Amino acid sequence: MSPQPKPAEPGAAYEPLLDLPEDGDLDSTLTYCREIVEDPDFPTVRRWREGGGKVLGHFQVYFPEELAHAAGVLPVKMRGAQVERREADSHFGSYLCSILRSSLELALTGRIEVDLFVTHPICDAARNLAAIWGRNRPEPAQILYLPQNPNSQFSQTYLAEEYARVLTDIEAISGHAVTADELLRSIGVFNDNRSLLRDLYAIKRETPWLLPVHEAWVLVALAGVVTREEHNELLRTVLPQIRSREAKKQDKLRVVFEGGFCEQPPLDLLREIAHFCYVVDDDLLIGLRWILEDVPTGTPPLEALADAYLNRSSYSPVQHDLRKPKEKMLLARIREAGAEAAIVSAAKMCEPGLDEQVAYSEALDDAGIPYFVTEFEERMTSFDHLQIQLETFVENLLFY
Amino acid sequence: MNTTAETHELVGRGARQGGELFRAWFDQLTHTAETGGQAAYVFVMGSLAELLRSFELPVVFPEINSLQTAVRKVSDEYLSLAEDHGFSPDVCGYVKADYALQLRGGEHPMGRIPKPSIAVLTNACNTYLKWAEIWERMYDIPIVTVDVPGTRSPYVQFTPGDFKRDRRYVEGQLRELIDTLVEHTGRPFDIDRLRQVLDTTNRMGRDWRRLLELNRARPAVYDAMLEGTIHLGVANALRGSVEGADYFADLVEEMRYKVDNGIGALVDPGEAHRLIFLGVPCYPIFRRFYQLFSEWGGVFVGSTYMWFASGGLDSEFEYDLARPIESLAEGLLQGVQRAVDAMLFHDQPLIEAIDRYEADGVVYHPIKSCRTVSTGLADSRKRVLEQRDVLCLYIESDMMDKRVVSEAQLKNRIDAFFEGLESRKLRLAAEPVAAGG
Repeated sequence: MSPQPKPAEPGAAYEPLLDLPEDGDLDSTLTYCREIVEDPDFPTVRRWREGGGKVLGHFQVYFPEELAHAAGVLPVKMRGAQVERREADSHFGSYLCSILRSSLELALTGRIEVDLFVTHPICDAARNLAAIWGRNRPEPAQILYLPQNPNSQFSQTYLAEEYARVLTDIEAISGHAVTADELLRSIGVFNDNRSLLRDLYAIKRETPWLLPVHEAWVLVALAGVVTREEHNELLRTVLPQIRSREAKKQDKLRVVFEGGFCEQPPLDLLREIAHFCYVVDDDLLIGLRWILEDVPTGTPPLEALADAYLNRSSYSPVQHDLRKPKEKMLLARIREAGAEAAIVSAAKMCEPGLDEQVAYSEALDDAGIPYFVTEFEERMTSFDHLQIQLETFVENLLFY
Repeated sequence: MNTTAETHELVGRGARQGGELFRAWFDQLTHTAETGGQAAYVFVMGSLAELLRSFELPVVFPEINSLQTAVRKVSDEYLSLAEDHGFSPDVCGYVKADYALQLRGGEHPMGRIPKPSIAVLTNACNTYLKWAEIWERMYDIPIVTVDVPGTRSPYVQFTPGDFKRDRRYVEGQLRELIDTLVEHTGRPFDIDRLRQVLDTTNRMGRDWRRLLELNRARPAVYDAMLEGTIHLGVANALRGSVEGADYFADLVEEMRYKVDNGIGALVDPGEAHRLIFLGVPCYPIFRRFYQLFSEWGGVFVGSTYMWFASGGLDSEFEYDLARPIESLAEGLLQGVQRAVDAMLFHDQPLIEAIDRYEADGVVYHPIKSCRTVSTGLADSRKRVLEQRDVLCLYIESDMMDKRVVSEAQLKNRIDAFFEGLESRKLRLAAEPVAAGG
């Protein structure tokens, strides 16, 4: 099998990395997808490599995956995993988040192999990961400096040139010199993906009883470990199935979940939340949904991608942009999703997330919007305490 | 021959003058606060003090304000207040102390800190960005971030063209900052005044590097953690000022005198172990923390703190006065890159420093508050141990939060480290005899 797809036109044939259930049943598909995204041995990535494909691992939050795609390289989102840490912990001190440790664990134990690792200055710990990775792994590791001054008129040119620099490094591992046309074709594939993900989130907002937060998360997370062509195909199949699901609207609180931009809460935690709430919008895996609209394909591709990152994008605690005060953005997200309350969460030891909780809480207090503050860790396994607290919060709002 | 009077006058002068300058600087800030004058909030890594000074804007270093609350043993009051307002115990103590200081109207053990009228920052530390967002919300003031791309990796090729591109980006942002400052202060931009200030920083930088070099002497003439912190305070607060440059000229004179006369940083006991310090000191018990090492004859001959918090003064770079703005951009770019490298990619320079300063041991002090400094230390230690036969001590505490400072535990670890150093020295001293016998 040669699973490395050509970076061809959207919808072109590709070698699948998934073995989707043949019956095409939605629940079977979701169960299978869950197994894939929770498998710390990354079977789809392994399959890709066995076919001779190259892999670019990029740490949270955002990476312009079109660059890798155009070079025929599989971009894989490094978002940690629920693994026992045997190797990585000795490389770190205390007071650090789990995703940092588990991402390195995956590489040190060979559960995932990449040909190039890219991290970002999203926080002080993530930036350090390039150095630690580089000292302990043979593949090149580097930092992509996404601009932290999007308000400068010079940032877009800088970013387009920075993308060109990274593209050169990607070409070096793929052995393929990428043309502008190939980049534009890749942008087209990702535009399709963005559009499908917007459809998925529209279901969450408009008919949240059809798609609980944990199932939506699985479908989005899958984009990080398969080709976008395959992900697009999957979404084209399952979205109509979800829309025609037989599920009744229940008396649940409509909430926005905030705090999942980097380390991801355990799926079971999301399932607990879904018992009591309809999560009608969130920032889970926001990097995969960072660009909010189609990237124009009529302009030079790197400039278009840079413009989209800066000017057609979402928000997160790790991007500083004077045009996007985070607390105001959260209020807008709540309003636009028709939410009644917010879950303001942060990963343990996540400095940007914890800092933002203060601003979010003040803004929500001022706006009179109820909220629930919590912390999580990707390897949590017990949710009893959270369940009681959340249930009390919801009941207070629904019945009093 | 030097006289006792000369020794009395020179030795310790830097510490005395440094304290006086620092108090005078805080007095000026108090005056600004009381008269309602403008003040620019900046950070030590990429302060752009030269540019702000050319606009006659007083600069405030919230990091220094915060650490002073710890040194003066009141940081817990500030941290508690911030945590009452929702801040997590797990985030940077500097940020929390400053947040509380703002809530307390600038009340500070050294005086009164003025409110910011503008904040200028770089991305050298990501927490700078989150911190400035607090002022943005509190005061609705201009927040100007100068984004400085750092080293992408020492393991991938970075061309001169890439550096030129980064420099162009930084320069563009500096020109935007100048426009903002003109508008903010109502003063025209005076390029000749900037030249003057840059020239003064060049002078300060030359003496800073002499200072680093002089501590290669045996015995070392100052402790890079204890006295180095005073030196850093003056270097940052008075960067670009004539008093600051004069201070370092005097300090070099003092240290040279000490070298010439074999006067070490430690007296009783004298220098027994030469150490390098990584991280940020434990300010809540600063003096005691120092003593835990000095009582064993341990002296810090170097520290990464004096690299990353010196605003690039440790590098050979000097501003080109013929093209001040372009050169300021180059200086900022290389200064911030150098600072960040000292925290992320320091293993190789550290190994060189071990050789250069003939260090016997390395002390890693990661802290809860600062992930920039601390994240990579455990891993870098492995690399250093692979390449050099030195002893390393790894101890964790904090620079602000005494709740995570256990003096007894620190002492146990430090004592064991020195016992190891001493027995290693005895073993090494015995080895040639054994080989010869």
